[in-house]
Amino acid sequence: MQQVSEMDYLRMTGRQKFLYRFVTFFKNFPLLFINFFKVRLPQWFIRRGLKFKEIGLTIGRAMKYGDWKTRTSFLVFGFSQLARKQWLRGLMQLVFELMFILYMALFGGQYLGLLGSLGTVETTSGKDEFGFEIKVVGDNSLLILLYGLLTILFILVFAYVWYKNIKAAYASQEITEAGLRLATAKQDMASLLDDQYHKTLLGIPLAGLTIFTVIPIIFMIFVAFTNYDAAHQPPEKLFTWIGWDNFAKVFGGEMAKASKFGYTFAMLLMWTVIWAFFATFSNYILGMIVSIIINKKGIKLKKLWRTVLVMTIAVPQFVSLLLMSQMLADQGAINNLLVSWGWIDKPIRFLTDANIAKVTIIIVNIWIGIPYTMLITTGILMNIPEDLYESARIDGAGPVKAFFKITLPYMLHVTAPYLITQFIGNLNNFNVIFLLTGGNPTSSDFAGSAGQTDLLITWLYKMVMQDKAYGMASVISIFMFVITAVVSLIVYNKSGSVKNEEEFM
Amino acid sequence: MAKKLRSKKAAERGSNIAIYIILTLISIVWLFPFLYLVIQSLRGEPGTATPYFWPKQWTFDNYIKLFTDKSIFNFPKWYGTTLIISVFVTVIQTVFVLVTSYALSRLRFKMRKPLMNLMLVLGMFPGFMSMTAVYFLLKLIGLTQTFGLVGLVLVYVASSCMGYYISKGFFDTIPKSLDEAARIDGASRHTVFIKIILPLAKPIIIYTVLTAFMAPWGEYMFASLMAFGDQDYYNVAVGLKAMLDKEVAYLYFTRFCAASVLISIPITVLFFWLQKYYVQGVTGGSVKG
Repeated sequence: MQQVSEMDYLRMTGRQKFLYRFVTFFKNFPLLFINFFKVRLPQWFIRRGLKFKEIGLTIGRAMKYGDWKTRTSFLVFGFSQLARKQWLRGLMQLVFELMFILYMALFGGQYLGLLGSLGTVETTSGKDEFGFEIKVVGDNSLLILLYGLLTILFILVFAYVWYKNIKAAYASQEITEAGLRLATAKQDMASLLDDQYHKTLLGIPLAGLTIFTVIPIIFMIFVAFTNYDAAHQPPEKLFTWIGWDNFAKVFGGEMAKASKFGYTFAMLLMWTVIWAFFATFSNYILGMIVSIIINKKGIKLKKLWRTVLVMTIAVPQFVSLLLMSQMLADQGAINNLLVSWGWIDKPIRFLTDANIAKVTIIIVNIWIGIPYTMLITTGILMNIPEDLYESARIDGAGPVKAFFKITLPYMLHVTAPYLITQFIGNLNNFNVIFLLTGGNPTSSDFAGSAGQTDLLITWLYKMVMQDKAYGMASVISIFMFVITAVVSLIVYNKSGSVKNEEEFM
Repeated sequence: MAKKLRSKKAAERGSNIAIYIILTLISIVWLFPFLYLVIQSLRGEPGTATPYFWPKQWTFDNYIKLFTDKSIFNFPKWYGTTLIISVFVTVIQTVFVLVTSYALSRLRFKMRKPLMNLMLVLGMFPGFMSMTAVYFLLKLIGLTQTFGLVGLVLVYVASSCMGYYISKGFFDTIPKSLDEAARIDGASRHTVFIKIILPLAKPIIIYTVLTAFMAPWGEYMFASLMAFGDQDYYNVAVGLKAMLDKEVAYLYFTRFCAASVLISIPITVLFFWLQKYYVQGVTGGSVKG
């Protein structure tokens, strides 16, 4: 499609505009990538390069012009500060260095050496010469990988602290030479509540984030390149690096066909996206309609209707879901009642027939989600100026037209961030699927214990808990990350609300 | 003209009646499962379902047995575990979230933007996948067996600072001139946070407390993985799901209903009490009224 001028664009009908934007969006997609690799990435590397140059220069300066106190700091952390009576700073750096040396000598060093092979000595058991069971404990690949990783990270931190230490050592020398006074320990402490307050506030939360989120994620990425699965379970068995084989099982032709992983992934991905789409928008639109009819002028007992609906949010979701899964079972309450009333002859397979189950899941999700949407949209709906509807009515627009021309655009504009988070949340909506159907019914076309109503996230859960296919599970989670990332980045960039931070929310 | 007006009024009444009918239907559909839950919890006969609606025997046995018959399913223990986890998670998570959002909203430091981007990216990983690594990390620190509860709380709160968006949005709306006035009077940033921002942030604090408290009650994924099949570390969600396993569901379904009622009551009360703040939080304070 040709680039059209602004005038031509304005002259188009609504559908043409939509089509044009749709096509240009996908036409520009490759450009985005090219732009990223040709401009953004080199720029990033140049910036990193400059940063490293600066680091080198700083170290060089400290080496060249530093006095003996500063130079000793190259080996003994914090020496310069200690010598200049900045006890607190100097002591902290020195303690860190000692900790690092102790850690490497007692613990980290050995794991670092084994990281390349992930262990060579298998745990064996046999009988000794007197006939007693003996177990020779060999290497534990899992611990080697984990602790090896920790050690590498610790070394990186150590290098960073070393650089900071040199920079600070030289800075304190310069300050003294200029005849100024160095900050005392008391001043340092006070600045932690003022200028350096972010360090006080964020220290502990970020430490938690690093230990329990960042390190595990890096670990997971490494596991994707190993054959860690049910047949290679530490501590009895070793696992080892296998390169890109796990990825090939999903994408690479022959191997993917043999392992069924590729097919399973494609099918479940499709269902995940369909599910997320319907779950998000059905809730959104139906919830809004319910909210509108309760808001309508002349309807009494507004509070009662709302309270009835809100009750379902207050009851923990897993209770409602587990209850529903029992009520909708083949021999569950609903089927029993319908049969006994003579409405149906044999039970409807709400949750055991793949296609019916998918519809059931979406409907149950509507049942769960509508009150939530209603709660949120009620207030916003009241903010829409009444005269908009008034003039629409005078122009002869019915309630349906008013909804699509006034209410929906307004709501979409205001609640875009909410809708995005809902969509992404639904992509990873574990509870609804797992507690309702458990991903079942299973299918023989699928790898492992994957079922036809499984989302990628519940499949992942099964891979870890039942199949113990950790390597493959890591590969799938990397793909899930890519999918979520692409979706969120596109939508975040499209919805301007994130660009301008001050206007956000 | 009068006729037209009357017909318009009649149409209005007609549509209102239609709406009442729809709302009544909706209410029935929404309330029926909960009514069913309460009725089943009082049912005397065993089984996952009966071909009739009203039970033939009414009894409180299901409730009593939850607390007396602890041989297979130790409900009081799960309840206690979940309550303890909830309380600790609530306190720590609230502090983490408030502190992070204040720092990102009000303080300006070099790593601020990169940090926000990092958290955005980290949030896109399916967090659960890293749980095996977390388990071994906890083992390394010694927080698995006897201190399992501590470990579980740590797992829940450790990355909670990533949920800073909503309260940061709220802090952003508090006028900066307030801080500046206090700074000119010589207040440190710490004082500004404690004395000025926090008292103004009551709605968002309540929202954070409410969501933090409610989350552990319904959390299944992490709880089941961290429990590693050990009943002592189950939370109510994992425990109740175990009651509905195929082998035992026939005997325990009515008891499951009783347990569900007991869990729902405190949370429902809490929710209705603080509902106003919940709505304000979710809509990011964009709704006043």
